[in-house]
Amino acid sequence: MGGPAGWVSIAFPAILFLYFLGLMPQVALAPVLGGIDWVPSLGIRLAVLLDGLSMTFALLITGIGLAVTLYSARYLGDHPDYPRFVCYLLMFMVGMLGLVLSDDLIMLFVFWEVTTISSYLLIGFNADSAKSRRSALQALLVTGTGGLAMLGGMIILGNVAGTFQLSQILTMGDEIRAHPWYMAILLLVLAGTFTKSAQVPFHFWLPNAMAAPTPVSAYLHSATMVKAGVFLMARMNPTLGGTDAWFWILTLFGGVTAVFASVMAMRQTDIKQVLAYTTLMALGTLTMFIGAGTHYAIMAAMTFLVVHSLYKAALFLMIGIVDHATGTREAGVLGGLSKAMPLTGLAAALAAISMAGIPPMVGFIGKEFMYKAGLGLEGFGAFWVTMMAFAASVLMFAVGGIVALKPFRGDLRPTPHAPHEGPWPMLAGPLVLGALSLIFGLVPGVLGHYLVGPATHAVFGEVRPVELYLWGGINMALILSLLTFLAGWLVYRRHEAIRARLAAIEARSRVDFDAGWDRLLDGFKAFAAWLTGLIQTGSLQRYMAVTFATFVVLVGGTYILKGAFQAGLSLSTDGVHPVQWAVLGLIATGAILTVWTHSRMTAVAAMGVVGIGVALIFIMFSAPDVAITQLLVEVLVVVLVSLAMLRLPYLPRRSKMVFRTGHAVIAGGMGLVTTFLTISVLASDFDRRLTTYFEATSYPEAFGRNIVNVILVDFRALDTFGEITVVAIAAIAAFALLRGAPPRRKHEEES
Amino acid sequence: MQSLILTTTTRLMAALLLMFSVYALLRGHNLPGGGFIGGLIGATAFILYTIATSVSEARAALRMDPSNLAMLGVGVAALGGMGAGFAGEPFFTGQWLFLFQDGDSYVPLSTVLVFDIGVYMAVFGGILTLVFALEQEI
Repeated sequence: MGGPAGWVSIAFPAILFLYFLGLMPQVALAPVLGGIDWVPSLGIRLAVLLDGLSMTFALLITGIGLAVTLYSARYLGDHPDYPRFVCYLLMFMVGMLGLVLSDDLIMLFVFWEVTTISSYLLIGFNADSAKSRRSALQALLVTGTGGLAMLGGMIILGNVAGTFQLSQILTMGDEIRAHPWYMAILLLVLAGTFTKSAQVPFHFWLPNAMAAPTPVSAYLHSATMVKAGVFLMARMNPTLGGTDAWFWILTLFGGVTAVFASVMAMRQTDIKQVLAYTTLMALGTLTMFIGAGTHYAIMAAMTFLVVHSLYKAALFLMIGIVDHATGTREAGVLGGLSKAMPLTGLAAALAAISMAGIPPMVGFIGKEFMYKAGLGLEGFGAFWVTMMAFAASVLMFAVGGIVALKPFRGDLRPTPHAPHEGPWPMLAGPLVLGALSLIFGLVPGVLGHYLVGPATHAVFGEVRPVELYLWGGINMALILSLLTFLAGWLVYRRHEAIRARLAAIEARSRVDFDAGWDRLLDGFKAFAAWLTGLIQTGSLQRYMAVTFATFVVLVGGTYILKGAFQAGLSLSTDGVHPVQWAVLGLIATGAILTVWTHSRMTAVAAMGVVGIGVALIFIMFSAPDVAITQLLVEVLVVVLVSLAMLRLPYLPRRSKMVFRTGHAVIAGGMGLVTTFLTISVLASDFDRRLTTYFEATSYPEAFGRNIVNVILVDFRALDTFGEITVVAIAAIAAFALLRGAPPRRKHEEES
Repeated sequence: MQSLILTTTTRLMAALLLMFSVYALLRGHNLPGGGFIGGLIGATAFILYTIATSVSEARAALRMDPSNLAMLGVGVAALGGMGAGFAGEPFFTGQWLFLFQDGDSYVPLSTVLVFDIGVYMAVFGGILTLVFALEQEI
């Protein structure tokens, strides 16, 4: 069972699950708030908002988490990297819980990224496989890019609302919807949620993410993480929802995703891929109903959220067992497993019947409420939402048959391994989840009262009674349900022909999102290579010339445009001590010698003279610390540069006149601009507030009389910390550059 | 480079410079000096030794890889900053302890000093990493 790591991984969600279960009755009455200040200067808090929505998610995360950790202790317990796997999985669990419990936008974003990163690590868990690595990176880039856009949206939202606290923002809906920045906020936030929840056209990463181990697919890429986007849309519904833009963007993208994904699910032969696409369908459906926004629609979405997590996690875990036992996941190969694997078959049947939406499973209730919600809308919206939900449900019915009926019924077919029943830790999860699908269907009141009701209140924004029931009398929704079964059965009967047809269409189709993504990335890389080649030629002379020329043009240009020369030219040379003139003469001589000489060594030494002259000036103006540092750095620079020079070829007698003139112009301009800059800085009034503060507080508060040092190690310690980190990293990077043989030479040695 | 005079004086000079570097580090809070200056002086001592003898002898004398020393220095500095956490104050707030207080004389200990020692190590190690790498290539 994976040793200590396994037990930790099982105990963690188990304890949390019981904890949240204990809080459930309290949360069903009123949301729980709490938290501590995190970055008070930016108004960011580590705050918790536990209402019906977060409670539903928290229970799904810990409950399904428990099933998954128990399962993986057996599934991966013997894997040499299992402890690493547990670390990632628990990291994800913490991230996801933090995400759904956040009462602060910035905290939510941080945890959002934690889930993205842990998902990256888990998809790439089989790091030896190039396919997993590619899938992991793709998921990271797609969801990470969306996450960045979302951060932008959240910062704007926080500024518009004047607070980052979610529970306050949720009460400010009217204000924010009327704000001119509303559209920007909406689009940016939706960019994050659509990539995370894999809506078309950002869906392609999710089927690829199935490269992860099966328990990960069940947990992250079906039951929890991909629903983070759905969660955020639900969370934001009271603030951003209710507008036409919200309605149409969500219902259109969600509807298209749902139907597209259902069709794609029919096309797949690998059952895990089938399940991946049905997950997309569920995400699309949820998005669509959150967009629809009526009380019924939200209720349908929240019911379906629970329903889907229950059956989908069970199905994923089930296919993992089948894969483990038979060595294949191909729908065309599997058949007649029910004798060898009766319990697995039972779990699959329970989950699949719920997915197909057949009574008395809770899936039926979910589907009924979706139809009711769709029919309750107005105008074209009603037609669109109902049609999309109907089409998706028909295909789900058929898919339920493909994944759970076909592999288990009929005669036993030959598989790579002889099938055998899975061990109990792996069976426990899918069986319990399947049983819950049945129990919640029989006693829907519990689900409605404790989870769906409070969640609907949280998302809808006002309290209205919520009652879930299995039998609602003969109405339009029931008739649609019966039609669904009929159509679904017909599709299932002919699914192999349909699959062949779809495969043919796919082969002809020129639209391939996955390949398109690769082309996009290649384009970026080519652009980056082109730009780097343009800017970074590798010639140090060119870099210096470009840097200094830019400085001269920008700063000098600003000078001329602003007419700032007059201010600087009124300085007098009165009171300059003869010794200071001598030092200035020394500096000038050093500078001229540096330019004049043809020997590198002389140039370096002459530069040293300039630096030492500057150090002398610091001493004259009583800044001993700066002078000592300057002196030491000068000495070290001379040593280091002379050492480096030994490795360089001799200078040519004279470089081309054109270059020398050009360099002279740049150097002269640089000198002039810097001089004017210094003079005008000194001419203007100097803001002494900081100096006064440091002088006044250095000894009383920081117990130091050397203000320079006190600033370095106390007042501005964080800056110094950054600087020494740079020193250390720069040294190591230079070391690597100097010591590492260039790859080309290495290659030559080998050949 | 082989020079008897340089080799002989270096033995003395390097020791003096190293001692002076620690002195500069410790007095830094009240008089010119500090971790940055101390680190530079200490590095100079080893550079002198390197030029007078060889990189391998200087490495042997240092006993520790200078890049590790630099990274350790960053770690020590971070640790010095974390000291404030025990007092419930923000990162990098100086914490002071005055030992043997007797009238006006005392021995002040502080997280600021720990931080400055980290700076010393980072600068010292960083520069020597560079110098050793450059010198060894030739």
